[in-house]
Amino acid sequence: MKTDQIILGIETSCDETAAAIIKNGREIVSNVVASQIESHKRFGGVVPEIASRHHVEQMTLVIEEALNQANIQYDDIDAIAVTEGPGLVGALLIGVNAAKAIAFAHGIPLVGVHHIAGHIYANRLIKEMKFPLLSLVVSGGHTELVLMEKHGSFKVIGETRDDAAGEAYDKVARTLNLPYPGGPHIDRLAQEGQPSIKLPRAWLEEGSYDFSFSGLKSAVINTLHNAEQRGEKIAPEDLAASFQNSVIEVLTVKTVQAAQQYQVKQVLLAGGVAANKGLRQALSEQFDGMEDVELIIPPLSLCTDNAAMIAAAGSVLFEKGKRAGLDLNGNPGLALESQ
Amino acid sequence: MKALAIDTSTYTLGIAVVDGEKVLGELMTNLTKNHSVRVMPAVETLMKECGVKASQLEKIIVASGPGSYTGVRIGVTIAKTLAWTLNIPLTGVSSLEVLAANGRYFDGLVSPLFDARRGQVYTGLYSFQNGYPVAELDDINILSTDWASKLKEFDRSILFCGNDVNIHRETLINILGDQAFFLPEHLGNPRPSELAFIGLKKEPVDTHSFVPNYIRLAEAESKWLEQQGS
Ligand SMILES: [Zn+2]
Repeated sequence: MKTDQIILGIETSCDETAAAIIKNGREIVSNVVASQIESHKRFGGVVPEIASRHHVEQMTLVIEEALNQANIQYDDIDAIAVTEGPGLVGALLIGVNAAKAIAFAHGIPLVGVHHIAGHIYANRLIKEMKFPLLSLVVSGGHTELVLMEKHGSFKVIGETRDDAAGEAYDKVARTLNLPYPGGPHIDRLAQEGQPSIKLPRAWLEEGSYDFSFSGLKSAVINTLHNAEQRGEKIAPEDLAASFQNSVIEVLTVKTVQAAQQYQVKQVLLAGGVAANKGLRQALSEQFDGMEDVELIIPPLSLCTDNAAMIAAAGSVLFEKGKRAGLDLNGNPGLALESQ
Repeated sequence: MKALAIDTSTYTLGIAVVDGEKVLGELMTNLTKNHSVRVMPAVETLMKECGVKASQLEKIIVASGPGSYTGVRIGVTIAKTLAWTLNIPLTGVSSLEVLAANGRYFDGLVSPLFDARRGQVYTGLYSFQNGYPVAELDDINILSTDWASKLKEFDRSILFCGNDVNIHRETLINILGDQAFFLPEHLGNPRPSELAFIGLKKEPVDTHSFVPNYIRLAEAESKWLEQQGS
């Protein structure tokens, strides 16, 4: 008798074509990611049309690899979980339509998954969730504090009002003439420099868990510009360290405050920027001393986009009875709370 | 042989289920609606109506472009995923070749075309052998004025077909005069059953590596190549 729950996950929201098989919502059986980053580097960012073209090239190969590595038959699969949004619409459509074709061909149930729900659930592949929990989601397109009272329930208690943290990283990196993607370069430079340059921290109103990074980004650009006009040279590693300090301080302080206010049992870091060393360090230091809150930081491979996280979120949503029809569409503006 | 044909390269959505020489069912709409939402439900409905199960399919045929980038990608993604997951052969047919079939009994050459904005068209030139279209020239993305001038040299009657012909009708008549012929409006839609039967005659492709024939590079790509050259 079959007892294990097997989910096939598919993810194509940006520039990674990914498929994965996970067992019982928590165990990775296979996790295949084909990155397009080399192709997009020459453009200094992800070009949507080119991303969509690459997804068509890679899609069936990546799913086949995930099935082969897992040694799984279609009969074994309980559901197909696919990212329905948010993301680049043309890119989302490839994963969604591939998922629908497989679901139709073999009569397998289909579940649409919110990309950020996936990032949060990447943590469940490391450690079982304990509720209530708080997740700090930081990526190229998102900066959010998400409160979860139970599985599959997401409440956004704070979000960015302008740029996402990852966006600010990319723009500052471009100002410093660092190659794309800029985040890891700033993180590396910051480790070598001193946070000696005074930059603003946007705390916003008392008690707000929202974020704002556009002022900080402008301050960095102005600082460089003014120094140039005075004929002075600013050490890029010091500027990187100062910028990173400002971002991380705001993220960390707000996360700690929210964790205390909502008395959460766990704090989960999620999203591509979770790969940032400075952020990992700062959060670890903050939560080290707190006995009743457990901090979980996924390994780098689960922070960046992958399909295991989509399958992990899909596993829970499937259990809760969520199903998508063959009319499932890619939705670039999908709201997390509608999940 | 039971086969499923899918065409989403223009606003016309076309699905056909055929068995050997026989069309079991055909579905065609000409609406500015979202293919991504409609294709799979249409496939499911038509196959159910025709009493054909996915596991009974022996071949998938898809219109491979040119056309709307997103549109073609939806059809190709569904077709290649179905072919791969059902482990059956896949064939791609030029979206223009499918449309050319509407001019089968015309005494002359057939030029199917889709508008490509800014005075341009996606088009090709076809004759017929044993009732099937044969490309006289490769499918091309070209200014309609340049295309008409090129066709002038053939000194033959040319039949233009497609829903976008009216956009370029004046240009074509100006240059080609009474060399130019046009189909009635209702024959402007590519027929999915034509796609199916043209595809059944063609060799299968390698499913994994199959991609649309966009004809054009992505804009960012051509700009980048230009910069490399300069
Ligand atoms: Zn992501």
